[in-house]
Amino acid sequence: MKQMGELQIMFDDFFTRALIAGIGIAIIAGPLGCLVIWRRLSYFGDTLSHSALLGVTLAYSFSFNITFSVFIISAVVALLLINLQKRTKLAGDSLLGLLAHSTLAIGLVLIGFLTSIRFDLMGLLFGDILAVDVEDITIVYLGGAAILLILYFIWKSLFSATVNYDLSAAEGMRPEVSNFIFTLLLAGVIALSIKMIGALLITGLLLIPAAIARNISSSPRQMVIIATLAGVISVIAGLFVSLEINTSSGPSIIVVALLLFIISLIPLEIKGQLQK
Amino acid sequence: MAENNNLLVKLDNCGVYKSSKWIVRGISLEIHKGEIVTLIGPNGSGKTTSAKMILKILKSDEGQIKNFASKMAYVPQKINIDWTMPLRVVDFMKLTSHINNLEIVDALKLTGVDNLLYNDIHNLSGGEFQRVLIARAIAKKPDLLVLDEPVQGVDFNGEIALYNLIKKICSTLNCGILLISHDLHFVMSATDHVICLNGHICCSGTPRSIVKNSAYIELFGEHNATTLSLYQHNHDHSHETDGRVTNNV
Repeated sequence: MKQMGELQIMFDDFFTRALIAGIGIAIIAGPLGCLVIWRRLSYFGDTLSHSALLGVTLAYSFSFNITFSVFIISAVVALLLINLQKRTKLAGDSLLGLLAHSTLAIGLVLIGFLTSIRFDLMGLLFGDILAVDVEDITIVYLGGAAILLILYFIWKSLFSATVNYDLSAAEGMRPEVSNFIFTLLLAGVIALSIKMIGALLITGLLLIPAAIARNISSSPRQMVIIATLAGVISVIAGLFVSLEINTSSGPSIIVVALLLFIISLIPLEIKGQLQK
Repeated sequence: MAENNNLLVKLDNCGVYKSSKWIVRGISLEIHKGEIVTLIGPNGSGKTTSAKMILKILKSDEGQIKNFASKMAYVPQKINIDWTMPLRVVDFMKLTSHINNLEIVDALKLTGVDNLLYNDIHNLSGGEFQRVLIARAIAKKPDLLVLDEPVQGVDFNGEIALYNLIKKICSTLNCGILLISHDLHFVMSATDHVICLNGHICCSGTPRSIVKNSAYIELFGEHNATTLSLYQHNHDHSHETDGRVTNNV
């Protein structure tokens, strides 16, 4: 009973809740971020997170669960993109821009109708990790566990298709299935983190830790582990910094990640000098 | 019925239609266990497309494909691995299968690159990478092996050694092999059946009958057709992939 009491007190503290939620997000973002970098999907991530705004607006309009609504909208946009790519000859980045900005615009137009609700647009764009409650944490950890479990099962197929699609298809890895599931997982991580990190910064938390990891790793497994650690460190350090000097939490996490990225360039630099 | 048990893949009048034209059409062929089938033809003649139909990467837009192979392995013509992916040879070898390091080293030894096990894949030379690609496919112990221009970038002596290896693999694994090449020069001695492609099957048969075929000579020119016959001689020794002389021809 005493332990339960301590746990209760721990969760009572908004800062501890933020730490726990943030660490959860970073752990999910590590492996997914590596895949985003390997597959050159950073703009894809951006598009999904911009469309997440529409998801949030719809959730407010119909008093729906935000996470669920964002997931549905992101997934729909992702599938729409795949469909559009087959139909038009427009380049991938143009289609991404088209979807990102039009969903963002629809979201913003809808916000205009929601006069009855005081709407925190800043909170939506940049997130508010300090406002998470126990329910949010539960969703992050349950959803995160589901995402990581699915990722574990499709990893070999997904990874081989990332290296070479034809080879993966020829050798029976069913890459078309794992690619589809991966798209949904990406929509899932965005849905889980929008409340905490915000629509504008989610891709940063996916990309930067993976970029840090690339600079200092020599195998895929190493890269995934380092990316996860770098994400966790960024979250912890970023939150403490924001508490200490009173800055907004989401952006502080990303700034810390950026600093880690700069530090991670040093070993590359030294290696380059040695090789000369 | 015994012959049917050996059948791995059978294409019956297959073709691929893309951007309002037929890339290849009217492809009928069979590959059996323990047999090497070679596809030859000029650039853009549909060799790779045909291979992709066999590998189930592309669907055939007409005709019928029967594929009885339980495990296929593929050496693609071209692989670009992005720098953002940190990948060592050992990771690449495990790409689509769960094999242990011992099996990996054994396969790499066959193509003479076992010393590269922990090397970064981005730092390999073209020939070294090609040897790793072949080793990866062999390590899978497939019953159907498809090799698309497998010896590109490999030096002259290495080329002969690798073709001999492919021939050896065919008999030790008792697998069917589909080999794609743009010249018959080296493939000659290692192949059982040659199919000459140019959007459709121009001619097919044993290597010796193909070089005399008028359709083949028309496609490749008199000069190439005669160079081929020059290669029909035997060495009294052979070389390992690293150049050492061996006598077990």
